Amino acid sequence: MLDDVSLSLHAGEAMLLTGPNGAGKSTLLRVLAGLRRPDGGALLWDGVPIAEDRTAHATRVAYLGHQDALKPSLSVVENLHLFARAGGGDMTAALKAVDLLPLADLPARLLSAGQKRRAALARVLLAQAPLWLLDEPSLGLDANAIVLLGEAIARHRAAGGVVIATTHVPLPLEDVRHLALPGAPDPADRWWDEESSALSPADHEGASA
Amino acid sequence: MMSLFWAVVFRDLRLALRHGADTLGAVLFFILTGTLFPLALGPSPDLLRHMAPGIIWVCALLAALLPLDRLFGAELEDGSLDQLLLLGLPPALVALAKITAHWLTTGLPLLIAAVPLAIMLGLPTATLPILLAGLLLGSMVLSLVGGMGASIVLGARRGGVLLPLLVLPLITPALIFGAAAIDAARTGLPWGPDLELLGAFLAGALPLCPLAAGAGLRAAVE
Repeated sequence: MLDDVSLSLHAGEAMLLTGPNGAGKSTLLRVLAGLRRPDGGALLWDGVPIAEDRTAHATRVAYLGHQDALKPSLSVVENLHLFARAGGGDMTAALKAVDLLPLADLPARLLSAGQKRRAALARVLLAQAPLWLLDEPSLGLDANAIVLLGEAIARHRAAGGVVIATTHVPLPLEDVRHLALPGAPDPADRWWDEESSALSPADHEGASA
Repeated sequence: MMSLFWAVVFRDLRLALRHGADTLGAVLFFILTGTLFPLALGPSPDLLRHMAPGIIWVCALLAALLPLDRLFGAELEDGSLDQLLLLGLPPALVALAKITAHWLTTGLPLLIAAVPLAIMLGLPTATLPILLAGLLLGSMVLSLVGGMGASIVLGARRGGVLLPLLVLPLITPALIFGAAAIDAARTGLPWGPDLELLGAFLAGALPLCPLAAGAGLRAAVE
């Protein structure tokens, strides 16, 4: 589905993946997370193929998928507890960053879609990983939460982190690179500056930081 | 790494506690099917005592199978499996943590519930320790083999149907030796070798099943 995609990122950089539905944005993110093996090509971290040790790569990745991966019967804190333990992040700070502190002890089934998304974003913060892979992070978020998302990403980049996000709507990011995946041309998807979209043909995918 | 392993186990235990009805379901199924046998076979104490080891083992096996297809299925459906695999634990340890939680929430309660069932079926009390020792080893083997099976059928269309077909044949040796140990104890024969064979089965399953299960989990999220 996805051929001839090449990208490389350095510390502090952000990249937006755009393209029509079914272009392979989510697939590319899963490949970058090490969840999915690429059919061909290589994925490098600091010059080392991640396929050598996918478990070690997992500790460098904070992945936000389509699904929020919350257990309805557990409270927000209980849902995130395991990931705070794994990543070593501060629970209160993470919940504050996504404005969920007042709802921390509420079972996840009582949260609205946007609040669940914010809880999933808190998990990304807790992972304290250098590489953030966000699959449509703004899904269901209100304007206020999107601002918070932009601030969180800015802080992460200032600390030397890398962000790769797929999106269909503009995100409040500065100095961001674009990768437009080919597919059926969809003018509605081309809200960004045409010049900055870049796609270079190559037979491998590479990410380095 | 071990603290993270136990954190996954405790997360599952907490989930099992919140879904108390689901967790107790397997135990209730075990007791109910066990009590159906006297009704179906007639109340002859001799016959029931004779059949008790087989009844208890088969019922325990089927009851422990019940929660297996949700073991990883629920995690795959809501995207939690991706997150579990990105924790930084090797997939085999993630699988082993889930299997451990399955044993603690299903195998252990079955072990306790087996005592009243055995007494009800008229099994001599002297054979109870051997029954429990056999079930202890056997339920661990079942959780391991079952967890492996559950991860292999993960994402398959009719996984729930496929799972017993895959797991039951693999688990028959445990059933044979477990029931034979109680029979041997009841008739005064040496029961040690049967339990030792069960232990050998467990010793083989303990390293191999989580590895296979981990590979199954990796394949499921691809």
